[in-house]
Amino acid sequence: MAEIELRQVAKKFGDLWAVKPMDLTIYDGEFVALLGPSGCGKTTTLRMISGLEAVTEGRIFINGKDVTWLSASQRDIAFVFQFFALYPQMTVRQNIAFPLESQGMKRAEINQRVAEVVKLLEIGHLLQRKPPALSGGDKQRVALARSLVRKPACFLMDEPLGALDAEFREVMRAEIKRLHLAQHATTVYVTHDQVEAMAMGDRIVVMSAAEVQQIGTPAQVYHDPANLFVANFIGSPGMNLVPGKYVGDEVHLRGGSVYPTPPAWRPTLAARWQRDDVIVGFRPEAAQVSETGAIRGMVYASDLHGSYTMLHVSLNGELRPNGNGEDTIVHIRARRDVHYVIGSLVRFDLNPEMVRFFDPESEKAIAKEVRG
Amino acid sequence: MTTSEAVAGGEPLRIKARRQINDRAIQQLFIMPTLVLLILWNVFPLFYSLFLSFTQYSHSGKAPPVWIGTGNFDALLNDPKIWAAFAVTGRYALLSVLSQTLIGFGLALLLRAKFKANGLLTTLILIPMMLSPVIVGMFWRLIFNPLMGIFNYMIGFWNPTTAPIWLKDHALISVVIVDVWMWSPFVMLLCLSGLKAIPDYIYEAAEIDRASPWRQFWRITLPHVAPLLLLAVLFRTIEAFKAFDLVMGLTGGGPGNVTETVSVALYRMVFQGQARTGMASALAYVVLIVIIAVSNVYIWYLNKMKEA
Ligand SMILES: Nc1ncnc2c1ncn2[C@@H]1O[C@H](COP(=O)(O)OP(=O)(O)OP(=O)(O)O)[C@@H](O)[C@H]1O
Ligand SMILES: [Mg+2]
Repeated sequence: MAEIELRQVAKKFGDLWAVKPMDLTIYDGEFVALLGPSGCGKTTTLRMISGLEAVTEGRIFINGKDVTWLSASQRDIAFVFQFFALYPQMTVRQNIAFPLESQGMKRAEINQRVAEVVKLLEIGHLLQRKPPALSGGDKQRVALARSLVRKPACFLMDEPLGALDAEFREVMRAEIKRLHLAQHATTVYVTHDQVEAMAMGDRIVVMSAAEVQQIGTPAQVYHDPANLFVANFIGSPGMNLVPGKYVGDEVHLRGGSVYPTPPAWRPTLAARWQRDDVIVGFRPEAAQVSETGAIRGMVYASDLHGSYTMLHVSLNGELRPNGNGEDTIVHIRARRDVHYVIGSLVRFDLNPEMVRFFDPESEKAIAKEVRG
Repeated sequence: MTTSEAVAGGEPLRIKARRQINDRAIQQLFIMPTLVLLILWNVFPLFYSLFLSFTQYSHSGKAPPVWIGTGNFDALLNDPKIWAAFAVTGRYALLSVLSQTLIGFGLALLLRAKFKANGLLTTLILIPMMLSPVIVGMFWRLIFNPLMGIFNYMIGFWNPTTAPIWLKDHALISVVIVDVWMWSPFVMLLCLSGLKAIPDYIYEAAEIDRASPWRQFWRITLPHVAPLLLLAVLFRTIEAFKAFDLVMGLTGGGPGNVTETVSVALYRMVFQGQARTGMASALAYVVLIVIIAVSNVYIWYLNKMKEA
């Protein structure tokens, strides 16, 4: 069991920052998902934790011990590679036993340990085969078995499901989660799939452009995104972000609607009186369609989902995006049993609990002041 | 005239027919010369020499071949000089192939590392392989020369009167040294391509799995390179059994018959005084059979390795 601590860890390739200085503490037994778009430095971060990549700056601690300059083999970590990295010349059995044999473990104990993980992952029928003859899912199971068998202090997984097809990802996702719950080993899990991160992570580290954007529980990054990037990146579709002007206790939204701010936010927004521009953010489910709703727009498209309808609403009342960045289409959830005609007018209110405000300049969320 | 008709395109059907004939004709035109050459230079001599091996015949005499059944083979297998030649060939093949394999593989392991002059160094090392064996033999004779050759100085013998006379005292070893010098790069080249094909992540996985460098070599590097290494060994073994040009260039089979490989014995049998063409054909077939046998052992092993 292990606690991993990163202090101002950074990596530069030549002049390029692959990872800008970041701080992160991963607690014992925690499952942390490293989430971000392609090229944002997730893999590099994971490789630095593992010791496969040397840090440019900063220090790494595992269980309080400075491991910054220890090699991967000295860190007691397991790494599951995106493309499995099984040893092609060895049978599945030999692959799984390899880390144990490397430690010089006794044959009887090796056999017992291998038997344990083989049972756990249900791969008994594959033992005599070689990796090239396995399907993607089976390769993934074997790769997991090879990393589990050593009972390492922590697991690092680099998009372990990235090479699998959609159907199988779901199965393996559940399997990894189950293994984590059974073993309670500290796990860092890299993915660019936010659904995966939300479903699996105890906490999510959202990265973009080599920088950590936010660290928080799935609920936190979903409901309280730290900035516009996280708001947009998490959720599908992402959070609706509508620019507007703050006037009195109202926000004049782009497109013409006037949105009265929730009373709880007024002191906070008033404190920013010298700045009147603001971005209003809300999730699709924060919208409540009603005849008297403050925000109005025109139905631009509507998608039927099993239990609800997702309405695309054009706030500036135009049915075409006008291409100059002035149009504002928001997504709102509506009841599935009401039929919305495209081009018809729709009005909605926002659940005051679920509205967020962002500073357009810094792109950061505005924190609500709590006044006693 | 006909072409202009075709271009005019009055009769598409006829054009099509003619084009089909042309295609086939072109195909045959390409194949025929090769086929003719192959038959003249390979197939005919192959069968003619097989016929000769069962006859008493001398190409320098006027007498036609006389069928003597397996007489030539009986004589060969009872001739201690031929057995000696096979023993020399075997020793030579074993020593040179073993050394080449070790040195070539070693060089490949060194050159796999990424460093600045890597490409240049690889090219330089490959040069001996590209030279003509006869020329190599000639200049190594100079290098081995006890009076002015550089070899003795390089290995530390500064006094020509006490230094070994390589081509006389250690003639077979000398030929092995030159062959190794010339052909280790070939083994290296094959091994290098095998090594470069091993993806980095396999080693990263082994590092994560805490395998020592020694273990990584035995369990990952060697199994990956083994098929290519075996192929290199196969090629070099066949070549070693046919060793001729280098030996002729260096020692001519001497002193005495110390470096008389089977091929050299064969050459002497035909072209140095005796002109026993029938007997030599028989010997050539014995060599062929030995080489096929040895190759099959390797190939069987190679296949087994692929299955496993
Ligand atoms: N060995 C390297 N040499 C030079 N640049 C590198 C190297 N490895 C990664 N990079 C660069 O560092 C940046 C971060 O790469 P990294 O692989 O960590 O991204 P990632 O978030 O894992 O992306 P992906 O989702 O595509 O795997 C990229 O711009 C990449 O091109
Ligand atoms: Mg990556």
